[in-house]
This record gives sequence, structure tokens and C-alpha cells, in this order.
Amino acid sequence: MNLENILKELKDDLNGVSDEHTLSDIKTKYLGKKGQITALYAKMKELNSDEKKSFGAELNSLKDEATKLIDSKKKEIENELLNEKLQNESIDISLQATEIKVGAPSILEKLIEDIEGLLISMGYDVVDGPEIELDKYNFEMLNLPKGHPARDAQDTFYVKGDELLLRSQTSPVQIRSMLAGKGEKPIRMICPGKTYRRDDDDATHSHQFMQIEGLLVDKNISLSDLKGTFDVIAKYLFGDDCETRFRPSYYPFTEPSVEMDISCHHCKGKGCNICKNTGWITVSGGGMVHPKVLENCGYDPKVWSGFAFGFGAERLAMIKYGIDDLRVFYTNDLRESRVFDRKEAN
Amino acid sequence: MIDLEWIKDYIDISDQDLKELAVKITKAGINIEKVITNHIDNLVIGEVVSCEMHPDSDHLHVCLVNIGEEVKQIVCGASNVREGLKVIVALPGAILPGNFEIKKSKIRGVDSNGMLCALYELGLEEKNDETYSKGIYEVYKEAPVGADAMEYLKLDNTLYELDVHKHRNNDCYYHIGFAYEIGAILNRPVTLPDDTTNPIADDIKNHFILNVETDKCPYYLAKMVTDVKIGDSPEFIKRRLMAYGMRSINNVVDISNYVMLEYGQPLHFFDKDTLGDKILVRDAKEGEEIVTLDGKKRVLTSSDIVITDGDKPVCLAGVMGGENTEVTDKTTSILIESAIFDGVSIRNTSSRLDLRSEASIRYGKGLSYEYTLKAIERACHLLEKYAGAKVLSGMVSYDNIDKTPKIVTFKSSEINSLLGITISDEDVKVELNRLGFPFEYHKGEFKATIPARRLDIDPYVNDIAEEVGRLYGYHNLVSTLPSVPIKRGEYAVDIMYRKIISKRLRSLGLNEVKTYTLVSPAMADRFKYEDKKQVILPKPMSVDKSVIRTSLIPSLLKVYEYNHDHKVMDVNIYEIAKTYDDSYNEESKVCMLMSGKYLFNQWHGINIKVDFYVIKGIVQNILDYLGFKNRYTFEKAEIADLHPGICAKVMLDRKMIGVIGKVHPMITKDDIYVAELSLEALMSKVKPIKFKEAPKYPEIVKDMAFIVKDNVTSDEIISVIKKAGGRLLTDVKLFDVYKGEHVSADEKSLAYSLKFSSPDRTLSEEEVMEVFNNIILKVEDKLDAQLRNK
Repeated sequence: MNLENILKELKDDLNGVSDEHTLSDIKTKYLGKKGQITALYAKMKELNSDEKKSFGAELNSLKDEATKLIDSKKKEIENELLNEKLQNESIDISLQATEIKVGAPSILEKLIEDIEGLLISMGYDVVDGPEIELDKYNFEMLNLPKGHPARDAQDTFYVKGDELLLRSQTSPVQIRSMLAGKGEKPIRMICPGKTYRRDDDDATHSHQFMQIEGLLVDKNISLSDLKGTFDVIAKYLFGDDCETRFRPSYYPFTEPSVEMDISCHHCKGKGCNICKNTGWITVSGGGMVHPKVLENCGYDPKVWSGFAFGFGAERLAMIKYGIDDLRVFYTNDLRESRVFDRKEAN
Repeated sequence: MIDLEWIKDYIDISDQDLKELAVKITKAGINIEKVITNHIDNLVIGEVVSCEMHPDSDHLHVCLVNIGEEVKQIVCGASNVREGLKVIVALPGAILPGNFEIKKSKIRGVDSNGMLCALYELGLEEKNDETYSKGIYEVYKEAPVGADAMEYLKLDNTLYELDVHKHRNNDCYYHIGFAYEIGAILNRPVTLPDDTTNPIADDIKNHFILNVETDKCPYYLAKMVTDVKIGDSPEFIKRRLMAYGMRSINNVVDISNYVMLEYGQPLHFFDKDTLGDKILVRDAKEGEEIVTLDGKKRVLTSSDIVITDGDKPVCLAGVMGGENTEVTDKTTSILIESAIFDGVSIRNTSSRLDLRSEASIRYGKGLSYEYTLKAIERACHLLEKYAGAKVLSGMVSYDNIDKTPKIVTFKSSEINSLLGITISDEDVKVELNRLGFPFEYHKGEFKATIPARRLDIDPYVNDIAEEVGRLYGYHNLVSTLPSVPIKRGEYAVDIMYRKIISKRLRSLGLNEVKTYTLVSPAMADRFKYEDKKQVILPKPMSVDKSVIRTSLIPSLLKVYEYNHDHKVMDVNIYEIAKTYDDSYNEESKVCMLMSGKYLFNQWHGINIKVDFYVIKGIVQNILDYLGFKNRYTFEKAEIADLHPGICAKVMLDRKMIGVIGKVHPMITKDDIYVAELSLEALMSKVKPIKFKEAPKYPEIVKDMAFIVKDNVTSDEIISVIKKAGGRLLTDVKLFDVYKGEHVSADEKSLAYSLKFSSPDRTLSEEEVMEVFNNIILKVEDKLDAQLRNK
């Protein structure tokens, strides 16, 4: 009996088989109870022990080979079936996705949170104070006594008599922080928040707006430290190539006072509409905390010094995102704000 | 406005490029907004050699004008044009203010080769009825024909338009003060103008008594001149006033304005003969009246200051003189007033009467006494020289002003540490000299006196540092960071909560909005679900922003409306903001508004619309996230402006912390759901997170359904199930609500899926059934329920 022939026959049988049923028949034909290979085992008993040994080995190897061939054919058929099935399951991946909507932040809050993140890493605490504030904290202790001409510029909503008002700046939070520090603790804080002034709402004015003020009181603090701090903030917001400059200015609660400009990120200093052809945009004001203010809050100006700075959140956002109407922040048109549900550029 | 030609009287700047100087000055802190140069090309002096009526007009003239090299025919409509007049001629090519280019033209058929100009046409005067009716400018006879008009008339000077901060508003708005600022920048001396006089023997004290009865006038000086001849001003005064934008009136009035522009000190001239022999400065009487120079009757209040002749007001102090003592063509004797009045009072008077004058503006900004005396002497000098005046000896004065000098004692090290620079004592000395601050120096310690004109400087080393710093140049500062201990900053607790909730709401698909704290009374009247009264502003700007809100819901509804009007139909928004009641108690609130679709993909058949249970899910998610699981409930209630059947109070630890529901159909036809929670309430303490192992032994799930009366709530059923289920019951979920066939009209069927398991063994069917049956009994018993057989 030629085992080789059986194997060859099997291979011929398998050739071209593409369905499981035929394959099963072939399997029965060779390996079934009455299969050709199974039948050969019955012949074993007719052989002597030497023949048995060598024939047995050959038969086993034939059986293994046959099983392998059939199994591999089986896999092949299964794969083909699966492929066919998957082909049928193919979808149009261009169809519209089910939108998983995450809400967008308010543009102002997003910007504020960015700055908070930076300043927290620089050791500043983020604090807040009441929006209905004492005249004393909003003006008087900030070196703006009643009748001070600078009060006119901050035409204020009074809430009760001339003692309670809707805060016209977030600076009273600085006063509260210093009072809490009792002239002993160094202070490093920012106080973003809502402020109110009697302005008619238009493209550049709003009766309600947001400030981001910062205060640092410690020992041996200088105006150069404010410059460095402002540099860090400006570069963080407007990129590493953002340049800064200080110009002399005036605020009742700082002395010396400065206005802080950034190089125009739009024209890179060449001059454009945004920077009114100066190459610079004023984004912040600040200075060294006025000694009277330190004294008012129990800090001895001979021992302590500090700087304060303030940004208008709307103005920063307008510059950063190219917004030209301040009312955008309070209209809350979802078609506009949705864009802000994303990370900043790197 | 500062005239640089004029400045040259006090400081040598002849070598300076005035545009570059403007940059230097701006860098040092006085912001020069505009450098104006008045030169106009093709503007020459001409002489009208003949003047005839236009053949086709009743008011136009046809003139032949000699402009030196040639004679031009020009048509002119001015009433004062006449033969022999010297005029300013704009030739073709001249571009007048307003970008008006002169061209050859025909006017009613007659050739015209230019234009004869009025000052307002050259931008040197305001155009009004008066200047218009004056006609063209009449150049003085001596002017050479053909000369460049602007140059010859010395009108082609350079002007600086300033935009300075309030604190330098006073000393930088007059020429001598500005000269000092230039002096500091260029390190050059300032020379004050001549104020000498030759007084006659007669003393003013023979003619006048002065009394001051108000503390709002701490300083009052008066001098007297006689034999005044009213006439034209000298050309330099006319010219300078003109360049500044003031019209020349006559020599006397012009001198008072001129000195004010030199020294910043407003002066007032009274006609002595109508004034009488007495001056009394006092607070006005309530209802007292005065007719001011502009011919208007003003009714005064007791907060105004008046100058009186001892009886009736003759001048509204610091604002405007009275008509009754006005200097006229017939005036021969003048009483000159130079005084300091309380700035706040002047500001208030001026704004109440809506009467702003050159004087009131200057007093309002605050005025130093430094030049009060100088100015009056300078005025006498000019009157003597240009109005033939005789100056009387002596002066009547009231002097109660605090002249204590402001002195600062400091070391240069203090300046260095404030600015973060290193300058030596010698450098500081140089800077103080430049600034014109007298000082003493002893063993490293400076004692500097601040000139009275510098009202902006307080006696602090910081103020000196600022002066030194701005001259040193802020662009020279190096950037350093404060050398302070390294620490990480942190959010205050309430802000932290705001951020946490905000982030969570965004991740749940709600968009953050920002709305106004001030609302209209109509808005404020909505959603008053708390027993709170609102703050109404005593002086709002407008009614629609007059109330401080206690709820954010009306504001979010407004945002909804805006978006809806713009076809944004899915509005899922939130805001976290502070609210205040009428006792000024602050409460931060988290407000949510949802409407439209929540999750949506139409072609795919996904359409989850917002309804009560979606917004309830959002609120639950927030509460669970904050750690309040099993501590809150929703209690049905009647809530203002919410659908009476679809709203609830949100309770935490049995206390109300907010509301949730559908907006009442009376307010809107749209399906809008809102919830508002108190942020403070959400800040209560919660337990730490603890790990809980997933069940190791198999869970057994069993369903049950009950028919109950409509008024029985699912919460009630679950509560009974849980109590009866005990420890083996690990979860209960509602999976079906049914009304209809087999259930009577006032009843409903609720089906629940219950999970049982034990942490330490596999439960037997019998064990579970025992608990299961007990639960059924309890629910049937307590809630009058009936088990529903499938």
C-alpha cells in the first residue's frame, strides 16, 4: 500500500474546496471511522513486529500530515467566510458622526484660567472679594479720598449712600488681602473678577467688565521685578517673541506707576490698525504699591515693598483672539463661543 | 496744547528737532499725542489792487490781487474785501485743512485763480457765525506782498497736543510748567518772563477793602491799575492766542488769557468803577442769582463760591465773571484778581451749571499757589506795557493757604531698591538738579524740597523714585523676578468649587455664559423662589440695569432668547455668579438652562431631547461628583415661574439648596428646563473616597412591578424596597413606567429590577426569594400597592 498515493489523493481532493461541508466529507473519507487512513490501522495486525514498527511510524506521520492539511484548509475556508462577512459589514465612514458635545468655556473665563494657571505656578494665590464693596476699600484706602479727581474716571454705581458700591475695580480685594495679612505676612495674590462702572455699553465700553489684578508684597521688591513678571505673563499669552516695554503713568495707588505695553503681535512692530501704527499695544497698568496704601493696610513701607498690576480681561481677550466688539463677551452667541472649546496653540 | 514757539521765551530749545523732542518727552511720561505743524504751502500775502462787483452776483467780488510777481484775478464773497486790503491768498495747489485743495476755477463765469482766506479756513479759528461774519483775515498794512503768509504771520509754529494723566494735568498745561518739564529732560534752565512794573505812589489800599468769609478760598490777591486804554493787542499776543485757538478780543482781555496760558493761573479783571470799593468772597446764598458774562442768569446754591461787592455777587468764583462788572471799551480802572479756590467746589459748580470755562477747568484740576503772585505781577507788567496802564502800589491780599513745603528725606539706596537699578549719590544729585528740586545733601542723606507747582508729588521716596526713574528711562530697567520663597499658589476654596463645577458642567455638554449682574425690574420679578428682597440701585444708568439680581435664571433665559432668535435651537448653558439680597448678603449660584437636543444624530436615529429627566441627570451628576450620593432628594413643590407639575426643590441633607423644573408655559412656549443651586450649599463637607470591592459571588437579579395610585412616587417605592431589602439587596433600578390597558386611569405601573448579592457567599434561591417576597409585602402594605402579574 502506497501511503504516498493516499497523501497525493488527499491533496487532489482538497484542491479547490471552498466550503465546510465538502471539507467535512473529505475528512470523513480519510480520517473518519471508515476512512482510508483509519482503515490502514486495521491492517497493522497482519504485520510482524518489525514491520508494525516501521509501518506504524509511517502511518502516524501520514495521519498527522493529513490532519494538518485538512485543518489548514479549514482555517482557510473560515477566513474566507469571515472576510466575506466583514466585507458585507463595511460602512460609509464618511457619514456624519454622533457629536459628543462638551461645553465651551466663557471666553473671559478661559483667558482668566490660563493666567491663573501661570501665576499659581509662580506662587500666587487666587482670591476673590465681594462685588458689593465698601467705598473705603474700593477708594479711600487706595489713596482715592472723596473728591479725588481720579474718582470721576471711575464713575461708580453706588448701592447705598456713599458707603456701599458695586466695585469699580478689583483692587479692594488687594486691600482685603493685606488687611488679612496684618502687616506681617508676605502677599502674593491675583484677584480676577467682575467690576462695574457707569459706562454705556458699546463696542469699547461695558458697564460690567472683568479685571485681573495681581499684588505681591514682600521685602526688597522692585519695579524691575514687576518688569520681569510682566515679561513672563506677556510671553505666556502672546508667544516667546513678544517684547514688552514700560511707560511712566499715574495711578493713585501705585508710585512709581507704569503702563505696560506689548509689541504688536499682529504686525510684529511694523505698525498696523491694531497698534495704531505705533508697534505697541498697552495691555496693563501697574507700579510699586503706594506707601500710603501699604500704611493704610498695616504694612510699614520702610520694611515692606511690593508691586501691583492689572489687566482688563476683555481687552486682553480682544487682542489675543482678534475680537473687535466688547459686547461679544456678554451676548453669548453659542455659534461664537463654541470655538473656544479647545486648547491654545503651542 | 503747548506752543513750542512760545516755549522758547522760557527755555532754549532752538537746537532741538521738535519731533524728536516730543518722543523724548513722551518717553519720560508726558504723552504727546500729536505734533501739529501749521505750515501750509502756496499761501502768500497779497494786496487787493482792485475790487469790483461780480457781474452776475449781488455779493461776490472780482478782485485783482498782487502777489508780488504777478497779479491774479480772484473771486471773493467776503463782505469786508476792498481795494488796498492786505490779505492771505491761497494759490492753486494749496491744501487747506479738511484736505480742501485750491484749484483754478470759474465762478459764475468769471475766472478765479485762488482764494482769499479767513482764519477759520486755515484751521486757526473755529468756524461759527461770528468768525464767518468777520470775513477774510485782514493782514496788517506793513506785511510784504508775496511773502509766505504762515511764516510771516508766525503761525507756522509747532504745537504739541498733550494727553497727560490727571496728576500732571495742572503743571503741564501751561507754558512755564511745560518749560520746566522740558528743562528736566534736556537738563536746561528755565527763565521766567519779566514781571517788573513802575508803580505809582497811590496805593490800592486807599481804594479797596478785601474780606474772605469762606474756607474755600484760602488765597486771594488783588492789584489795581488805572488809565487803561482799551485797544488792539500786540501782534505776538494775538498770534499766540490764535495759535492756541483763542480769539483776540482786546489788549486787556487778551492779557488775562495770555498770562493764564503762561502760568496756568486764571486771572479775573473787574471794572473798578462798576465794582465799587469792596470785595467780599463768601459762600453763595441758596437761590442767589448772578448774570454771568455769557449773558445767562445763574441760580446759585450754598456750595458755590461768589465774589461780591460786599452785597451782590459780581463773579462766580473760579468759573465766570459777572456781567455787572465786566471790562468794556469804556473801562479805565481795573481790579485784577489772582486767587486759589477749592477745586472740588469749582468742579461741582461748573458741572451743576453745565458751565465750563478756561478758569473752571484749571481750578477743577487743582491749582498750585506757586504762581498766584507771579501771574498778577506779570499781568500788571503787560498792562503797563501794552495797555498804557498805571499800576498802583501795594496789593490787597488774604493768605490762609498752607505753604508748608513738601520735604522728602531719603538715601539713593532706597531709590535703587525701589526701581531695581544702581545709581550713585552723584547721579541722584544730577537728577534733582534737572528736576529743579532744591535739596540738601549730608553724609549720604538727601533732603529734597518739592516745588509747589508739582501738586502730583507727595513727600515719599517713591515719588522721588518715580521722577528719577522716568528721567533715567524705564526702557533701561532690566527684567528680574522677585526673590521670594518658592511656593505653589492655590485657589481660594469658593473659587476652587466654582472651577470644579464649571469643568464638570462643561464636560456634561453645557456651555458657560457670562451675563450682567444688573437686570431690569421685569427680569428681577421672575423666579423669586426664595424669600429674598432685591437691591435697587438708587441712581441707575437706565431702568434695564437697575436691580441687582438674586437669581440667574432670567439672565440665562435672555441668552436663550438671543440664540433662539439666531436659529441656535440647542441651548445648553450654565453660569456661576454672585447674587446679593437687600441686606447685601452674598450667595453664589450655579444656574443651568437646557433646551433642544442633548445628543443627536438624525440619520442614525439618535435623538435625545432635553427633558426634566435629562436636566435632573445633570444635577445628580454634579451632586454625586461632589460626594453627596444618598444625601440629596428632589421634592415636588410649587415654584414661582416653573411649570407647577414639572418642578422640584433640590434638597441636600433635608435643606433646600435650589430648584429644578420646566419654565412655566406662561413665560415661554418653548420647552426650556432650568435648575439653580446655591454654590455655598454645595461646599458642605463630604467623606473621603473609599474603595469598594466588586461582588465576588454571583449576583441574582429579580424584577417586580407594582400598580399604585398616581400620587405615589417612585422615590417612595424605592425607599420601601430598600428598607425591606436589607443588606442583601445591593441595587434597585426603575425600568418601566406604564399607564394604559389593564391599569385604571388614576393608577400607574412601575417596574423595578433588583440585584441581590452577599460579599461572603453565594446566595441560594430560597434565601433571595424570602427577601423578595418580604419586599413585595412591605410595598403592598405601606403604599397600597398591588403586585402586577405579568
